[in-house]
Amino acid sequence: MPVTAIVSILHRITGIILFVGLAFLFYAFDLSLESQEGFDTVVNAFQTNFLVKFVIWGVVSALLYHFVAGVKHLFMDMGYFEELESGRKAAIANLAIAFVLIVLAGVWIW
Amino acid sequence: MVTQITSFGRSGLYDWMMQRVSAVVLSLYTVFIIGYLLVNPELTYEQWSALFEATWMRVFSLMVLLSIGMHSWIGLWSISTDYIKATGARFFFQSLCGFVMFVYVVWGVQVLWGL
Repeated sequence: MPVTAIVSILHRITGIILFVGLAFLFYAFDLSLESQEGFDTVVNAFQTNFLVKFVIWGVVSALLYHFVAGVKHLFMDMGYFEELESGRKAAIANLAIAFVLIVLAGVWIW
Repeated sequence: MVTQITSFGRSGLYDWMMQRVSAVVLSLYTVFIIGYLLVNPELTYEQWSALFEATWMRVFSLMVLLSIGMHSWIGLWSISTDYIKATGARFFFQSLCGFVMFVYVVWGVQVLWGL
Protein backbone atom coordinates (compact mmCIF):
# COMPACT_ATOMS: atom_id res chain seq x y z
CA MET A 1 0.00 0.00 0.00
CA PRO A 2 1.41 3.45 -0.88
CA VAL A 3 2.25 5.63 2.12
CA THR A 4 -0.47 8.13 1.14
CA ALA A 5 -3.07 5.34 1.36
CA ILE A 6 -1.76 4.26 4.77
CA VAL A 7 -2.03 7.84 6.05
CA SER A 8 -5.57 8.10 4.70
CA ILE A 9 -6.84 4.81 6.13
CA LEU A 10 -5.27 5.63 9.52
CA HIS A 11 -7.19 8.91 9.51
CA ARG A 12 -10.39 6.88 9.20
CA ILE A 13 -9.38 4.25 11.74
CA THR A 14 -8.36 6.85 14.33
CA GLY A 15 -11.68 8.61 13.74
CA ILE A 16 -13.55 5.44 14.65
CA ILE A 17 -11.29 4.86 17.67
CA LEU A 18 -12.01 8.42 18.84
CA PHE A 19 -15.74 7.97 18.45
CA VAL A 20 -15.63 4.90 20.71
CA GLY A 21 -12.94 6.37 23.00
CA LEU A 22 -15.12 9.42 23.63
CA ALA A 23 -17.23 7.28 25.97
CA PHE A 24 -14.13 6.84 28.13
CA LEU A 25 -13.31 10.56 28.03
CA PHE A 26 -16.89 11.54 28.82
CA TYR A 27 -16.94 9.17 31.77
CA ALA A 28 -13.71 10.64 33.17
CA PHE A 29 -14.96 14.18 32.47
CA ASP A 30 -18.27 13.47 34.23
CA LEU A 31 -16.58 11.93 37.28
CA SER A 32 -13.94 14.70 37.50
CA LEU A 33 -16.55 17.45 37.74
CA GLU A 34 -19.03 15.55 39.92
CA SER A 35 -17.30 16.02 43.29
CA GLN A 36 -13.93 16.25 45.01
CA GLU A 37 -14.00 12.45 45.48
CA GLY A 38 -14.76 11.90 41.81
CA PHE A 39 -11.94 14.23 40.81
CA ASP A 40 -9.51 12.41 43.12
CA THR A 41 -10.61 9.06 41.68
CA VAL A 42 -9.86 10.22 38.13
CA VAL A 43 -6.49 11.80 39.04
CA ASN A 44 -5.50 8.71 41.01
CA ALA A 45 -6.51 6.36 38.19
CA PHE A 46 -4.58 8.43 35.62
CA GLN A 47 -1.50 8.38 37.85
CA THR A 48 -1.46 4.79 39.09
CA ASN A 49 -3.70 2.46 37.10
CA PHE A 50 -1.77 0.88 34.21
CA LEU A 51 -4.86 -0.04 32.22
CA VAL A 52 -6.31 3.47 32.54
CA LYS A 53 -2.97 4.99 31.48
CA PHE A 54 -2.81 2.65 28.51
CA VAL A 55 -6.35 3.46 27.38
CA ILE A 56 -5.90 7.22 27.76
CA TRP A 57 -2.62 7.00 25.86
CA GLY A 58 -4.40 5.08 23.11
CA VAL A 59 -7.21 7.62 22.85
CA VAL A 60 -4.80 10.58 23.00
CA SER A 61 -2.63 8.93 20.33
CA ALA A 62 -5.64 8.53 18.05
CA LEU A 63 -6.52 12.17 18.71
CA LEU A 64 -3.00 13.39 17.91
CA TYR A 65 -2.80 11.37 14.71
CA HIS A 66 -6.27 12.47 13.62
CA PHE A 67 -5.31 16.07 14.41
CA VAL A 68 -2.12 15.99 12.31
CA ALA A 69 -3.85 14.22 9.41
CA GLY A 70 -6.66 16.78 9.63
CA VAL A 71 -4.22 19.69 9.40
CA LYS A 72 -2.62 18.02 6.36
CA HIS A 73 -6.09 17.74 4.86
CA LEU A 74 -6.66 21.48 5.31
CA PHE A 75 -3.37 22.16 3.53
CA MET A 76 -4.50 19.90 0.70
CA ASP A 77 -7.78 21.84 0.51
CA MET A 78 -5.69 24.93 -0.12
CA GLY A 79 -3.94 23.20 -2.99
CA TYR A 80 -0.70 22.00 -1.40
CA PHE A 81 0.77 18.47 -1.52
CA GLU A 82 -1.37 17.45 -4.48
CA GLU A 83 1.44 16.19 -6.72
CA LEU A 84 2.73 12.65 -6.36
CA GLU A 85 6.07 13.62 -4.85
CA SER A 86 4.89 16.39 -2.50
CA GLY A 87 1.91 14.20 -1.52
CA ARG A 88 4.26 11.36 -0.60
CA LYS A 89 6.49 13.68 1.42
CA ALA A 90 3.53 15.21 3.25
CA ALA A 91 2.26 11.71 4.09
CA ILE A 92 5.66 10.72 5.50
CA ALA A 93 5.84 13.99 7.45
CA ASN A 94 2.36 13.28 8.80
CA LEU A 95 3.49 9.87 10.10
CA ALA A 96 6.70 11.29 11.55
CA ILE A 97 5.06 14.24 13.34
CA ALA A 98 2.28 12.05 14.71
CA PHE A 99 4.83 9.50 15.89
CA VAL A 100 6.83 12.13 17.79
CA LEU A 101 3.69 13.58 19.39
CA ILE A 102 2.48 10.11 20.41
CA VAL A 103 5.82 9.31 22.04
CA LEU A 104 5.74 12.67 23.86
CA ALA A 105 2.19 11.92 25.04
CA GLY A 106 3.42 8.57 26.35
CA VAL A 107 6.22 10.30 28.24
CA TRP A 108 3.70 12.76 29.67
CA ILE A 109 1.32 10.03 30.82
CA TRP A 110 4.04 7.82 32.35
CA MET B 1 -29.97 11.79 -9.83
CA VAL B 2 -30.50 10.29 -6.41
CA THR B 3 -30.76 12.78 -3.57
CA GLN B 4 -28.95 11.67 -0.43
CA ILE B 5 -31.17 11.73 2.63
CA THR B 6 -28.78 10.37 5.28
CA SER B 7 -25.87 12.78 4.80
CA PHE B 8 -25.61 15.57 7.36
CA GLY B 9 -26.72 18.54 5.28
CA ARG B 10 -28.00 16.66 2.21
CA SER B 11 -25.34 18.40 0.20
CA GLY B 12 -21.80 17.19 -0.29
CA LEU B 13 -20.44 20.71 -0.41
CA TYR B 14 -22.25 21.71 2.79
CA ASP B 15 -20.96 18.59 4.58
CA TRP B 16 -17.46 19.30 3.27
CA MET B 17 -17.60 22.82 4.74
CA MET B 18 -19.14 21.80 8.08
CA GLN B 19 -16.56 19.04 8.48
CA ARG B 20 -13.84 21.70 8.29
CA VAL B 21 -15.58 24.26 10.50
CA SER B 22 -16.18 21.63 13.20
CA ALA B 23 -12.58 20.39 12.77
CA VAL B 24 -11.24 23.85 13.55
CA VAL B 25 -13.41 24.10 16.69
CA LEU B 26 -12.34 20.62 17.84
CA SER B 27 -8.65 21.30 17.21
CA LEU B 28 -8.74 24.60 19.12
CA TYR B 29 -10.37 22.84 22.07
CA THR B 30 -7.83 20.01 21.91
CA VAL B 31 -4.92 22.45 21.97
CA PHE B 32 -6.54 24.43 24.79
CA ILE B 33 -7.27 21.43 27.04
CA ILE B 34 -3.87 19.79 26.50
CA GLY B 35 -2.17 23.17 27.06
CA TYR B 36 -4.22 23.79 30.20
CA LEU B 37 -3.32 20.39 31.65
CA LEU B 38 0.35 20.91 30.74
CA VAL B 39 0.64 24.29 32.48
CA ASN B 40 -1.36 23.09 35.51
CA PRO B 41 0.32 19.83 36.53
CA GLU B 42 -0.93 20.28 40.12
CA LEU B 43 -4.52 20.87 39.08
CA THR B 44 -7.05 20.98 41.93
CA TYR B 45 -10.76 20.22 41.91
CA GLU B 46 -11.57 23.88 42.73
CA GLN B 47 -9.57 25.09 39.73
CA TRP B 48 -11.00 22.47 37.41
CA SER B 49 -14.64 23.05 38.38
CA ALA B 50 -14.16 26.84 38.29
CA LEU B 51 -12.92 26.52 34.71
CA PHE B 52 -16.09 24.74 33.62
CA GLU B 53 -18.31 27.11 35.60
CA ALA B 54 -17.11 30.07 33.53
CA THR B 55 -19.61 31.08 30.86
CA TRP B 56 -17.04 31.36 28.07
CA MET B 57 -15.85 27.80 28.79
CA ARG B 58 -19.43 26.51 28.71
CA VAL B 59 -19.98 28.27 25.39
CA PHE B 60 -16.72 26.80 24.05
CA SER B 61 -17.56 23.32 25.40
CA LEU B 62 -21.12 23.31 24.04
CA MET B 63 -19.76 24.36 20.67
CA VAL B 64 -17.38 21.40 20.91
CA LEU B 65 -20.19 19.00 21.83
CA LEU B 66 -22.20 20.05 18.79
CA SER B 67 -19.06 19.88 16.64
CA ILE B 68 -18.43 16.34 17.86
CA GLY B 69 -21.94 15.38 16.75
CA MET B 70 -21.54 17.01 13.36
CA HIS B 71 -17.97 15.91 12.70
CA SER B 72 -18.53 12.28 13.69
CA TRP B 73 -21.78 12.08 11.72
CA ILE B 74 -20.14 13.32 8.53
CA GLY B 75 -17.04 11.14 9.08
CA LEU B 76 -18.84 7.95 9.98
CA TRP B 77 -21.40 8.56 7.26
CA SER B 78 -18.59 8.77 4.67
CA ILE B 79 -16.97 5.62 6.00
CA SER B 80 -20.21 3.64 6.15
CA THR B 81 -21.28 4.66 2.65
CA ASP B 82 -17.89 3.48 1.37
CA TYR B 83 -17.77 0.09 3.07
CA ILE B 84 -21.29 -1.03 3.99
CA LYS B 85 -23.04 -1.68 0.71
CA ALA B 86 -26.21 -3.36 2.04
CA THR B 87 -28.78 -0.62 2.66
CA GLY B 88 -30.29 -2.22 5.77
CA ALA B 89 -26.96 -2.81 7.48
CA ARG B 90 -25.75 0.68 6.59
CA PHE B 91 -28.93 2.27 7.90
CA PHE B 92 -28.63 0.28 11.11
CA PHE B 93 -24.99 1.33 11.55
CA GLN B 94 -25.77 4.99 10.86
CA SER B 95 -28.73 4.92 13.24
CA LEU B 96 -26.60 3.41 15.96
CA CYS B 97 -23.93 6.09 15.43
CA GLY B 98 -26.57 8.81 15.44
CA PHE B 99 -27.96 7.49 18.71
CA VAL B 100 -24.50 7.42 20.33
CA MET B 101 -23.80 10.98 19.15
CA PHE B 102 -27.07 12.15 20.64
CA VAL B 103 -26.19 10.46 23.94
CA TYR B 104 -22.77 12.19 23.92
CA VAL B 105 -24.33 15.62 23.39
CA VAL B 106 -26.94 15.15 26.15
CA TRP B 107 -24.38 13.62 28.51
CA GLY B 108 -22.00 16.51 27.90
CA VAL B 109 -24.71 19.11 28.53
CA GLN B 110 -25.60 17.34 31.75
CA VAL B 111 -21.99 17.35 32.96
CA LEU B 112 -21.47 21.00 32.01
CA TRP B 113 -24.58 22.23 33.76
CA GLY B 114 -24.31 19.74 36.61
CA LEU B 115 -27.92 18.58 36.35
